[in-house]
Amino acid sequence: MPSRFVCIYFPHLMTEWVMRRRQDLKGQPFVLAALDRGRMRITAVCPDVQRQGFRVGMAVADVRALIPQLQVVADLPGRAAKLLTALGHWATRFTPCVATHIPDGLCLDATGCTHLWKGETNYLEDIRKALALLGYTTHIAIAGTVGAAWALARYGKHPLSVIAPGEEKRALGPLPPAALRLEAAVVDRLQKLGLYTIGHFIDMGSAILRRRFGAGLPERIDQALGIKNEPLLPMQAVTPFQERLPCLEPVTTRYGIEMALQQLIELLCKRLAKEGKGIRKAIFKAWRIDHNLQAITIGTHLPSQQPAHLVKLFELKIDQLEPALGFEMFAIEAPQVEDIITLQNGFWHQKGLGNNRLAQLLDQLTGKLGPGIVHRYLPDEHYWPERSFREAASLHEQPATRWTDRPRPIRLLNNPEPVQVAAPIPDYPPMHFRYKGILHTIKKADGPERIEAEWWIREGEHRDYYIVENEHGERFWLFRLGHYDGTKPHRWYLHGFFA
Amino acid sequence: MAQLRQEISRMQGQKPINGQLEGKLRLGPVNNAFPQKIFPLGAIHEWITTSGATAAATTGFIAAILGDLMRDNGPSVWISPDGLLFPPGFSTFGLQPDRILFVQVKKEKDICWAMETCLQMEGLSAVVSELPALDFNISRRLQLAVEKSGVTGFVMRTNRNLHPTACVSRWRISAAPSYHEQSLPGVTLPCWNVELLKMRGGSTGRWKLLWQDGGFQEPVVDRVANPSLLRKIS
Repeated sequence: MPSRFVCIYFPHLMTEWVMRRRQDLKGQPFVLAALDRGRMRITAVCPDVQRQGFRVGMAVADVRALIPQLQVVADLPGRAAKLLTALGHWATRFTPCVATHIPDGLCLDATGCTHLWKGETNYLEDIRKALALLGYTTHIAIAGTVGAAWALARYGKHPLSVIAPGEEKRALGPLPPAALRLEAAVVDRLQKLGLYTIGHFIDMGSAILRRRFGAGLPERIDQALGIKNEPLLPMQAVTPFQERLPCLEPVTTRYGIEMALQQLIELLCKRLAKEGKGIRKAIFKAWRIDHNLQAITIGTHLPSQQPAHLVKLFELKIDQLEPALGFEMFAIEAPQVEDIITLQNGFWHQKGLGNNRLAQLLDQLTGKLGPGIVHRYLPDEHYWPERSFREAASLHEQPATRWTDRPRPIRLLNNPEPVQVAAPIPDYPPMHFRYKGILHTIKKADGPERIEAEWWIREGEHRDYYIVENEHGERFWLFRLGHYDGTKPHRWYLHGFFA
Repeated sequence: MAQLRQEISRMQGQKPINGQLEGKLRLGPVNNAFPQKIFPLGAIHEWITTSGATAAATTGFIAAILGDLMRDNGPSVWISPDGLLFPPGFSTFGLQPDRILFVQVKKEKDICWAMETCLQMEGLSAVVSELPALDFNISRRLQLAVEKSGVTGFVMRTNRNLHPTACVSRWRISAAPSYHEQSLPGVTLPCWNVELLKMRGGSTGRWKLLWQDGGFQEPVVDRVANPSLLRKIS
């Protein structure tokens, strides 16, 4: 399939964006300006003012002298890039692969997309109409290379141009050299030599051009003609597993959304089943007719390709979608898939952590109550209590080491709490301690067990742990921080409770 | 005779025991208080834990029971509002902490929902949750969930208000001074005062138990102490 690229050029991107937000500027001359070296310089001009001959880069004061009623809107650096990125995300409804051409354009990889619109002209017309509804004037071109589409969108005669595959050279012929995305110096030199259009020099040998105009010119020509490949850098990586569903009529009801979801998930699962993969993470996207893009995300604990389970997980979150006037398109993407370990049917009823239904239960919990609430712990080879266990990466992971056989409390405070202690001599357990205002007299004690702070992880003082039991039989884990030193008060902490 | 007993217990409104466990729980003398001397599985048990120290004692006691319930290789879920449980401490009671899934949820409503969802899932050995309050409605819902799946549920309630509940039993565990036959110095074997305040179809009682060699035993001095009947439950 030959590659097809669409370039969208916004001649008045920033001013039209301002007009969209500020209706009061309609019909008034205005410019966007930013402070530059102590004076306000114009960064964008509205079409009216542009017609009077004012250009970007002039000082605001000069323009104001000629147009006293001029309105000035403050511009921030990077705003155009931000706006283009937002438009680019929205444009993923036309193709999954979208790149920005900062400061004034977008580029879409439309390979294999246009037939869904019944032809390239319809496709471009649809894009143009959708952007016109947002208030943007556009020049759009489709061609076999990014370079040719870029040139036609900016320098072509018609706002919509379709260049058939292989026709790039003919289409580029009458355009000025600047359409090849050249450096200003090269354009100047071409102008001086009387090469006013691309047609004048496109057939000269690349060795000749390279000698006179540098390596940039022949490379740009090759790129525009498709001799040299020009990679497109998409804003977001295209997920290989995705399904799309455009709607004839806007969908506003929950029932409708669920139907779309069901259909998409079944399509995706069928494909995943063929490739032996399962979903770990899936995103359900919905494009609203007022150009708002909404998404809900789910995650699973084990790779899953069961539509019923996935639908159930999404259903917990469908409330988050706001259809307002309706959704016109849905898509499901699976950015994270894993190979499925096929289980025999008998294993379904098997008890244990590898159980599929257990994973589904956990998905349900995290789906409703938020990620990161389910923990499974494995022993870790550290004596330091806080580091003696670690979170397991998956349900299948087996402990690499044994759980400690030392006496350890069953409940441990997240941060040790300081307690007031009366202890006789160094290295003896305390006689009594006060915790939360209650005095505990110690009847029995064990210890000390010295645990060093592992200096290769974090520097710190060691702890001398004592297991103590009060008069009621309640058992605590106390420790003294650091060495006993007659000069400074020793610090005691309560760290845990034994059963 | 056994059939007749089952018949009677069914007529008393007691559901037949769902799960079958190989052997009894290592609960020592407490087993006598249960209906047919078998710990009721597939039911909700309520544990009164009013203070931090009793919470630790109860956690240990439940962990010991879990160790028995998880012998069939089923995982358990422990739902708690705070992350205070210390997994390495669980291995003392003869269970593998890596087979417990710890769920940390703050809101009471969410804990209830999570507990109910977990209880509906067959294949879990037990579900433990720490709830501030347990009223009749919640306990009834949990009980209904359990009746279908046969999972055993434990609710540690921290509120002092004791509402009537649909739970099959009500326990109170408190710490007792550690004990050793030979009066060794230092903190020796963990010991608890176990009160069974309610047991449907069984009897109530009070025991002193210690944990030794992977099972509960009565201390020698207290072995003559008789379980006193606290409250008669119809």
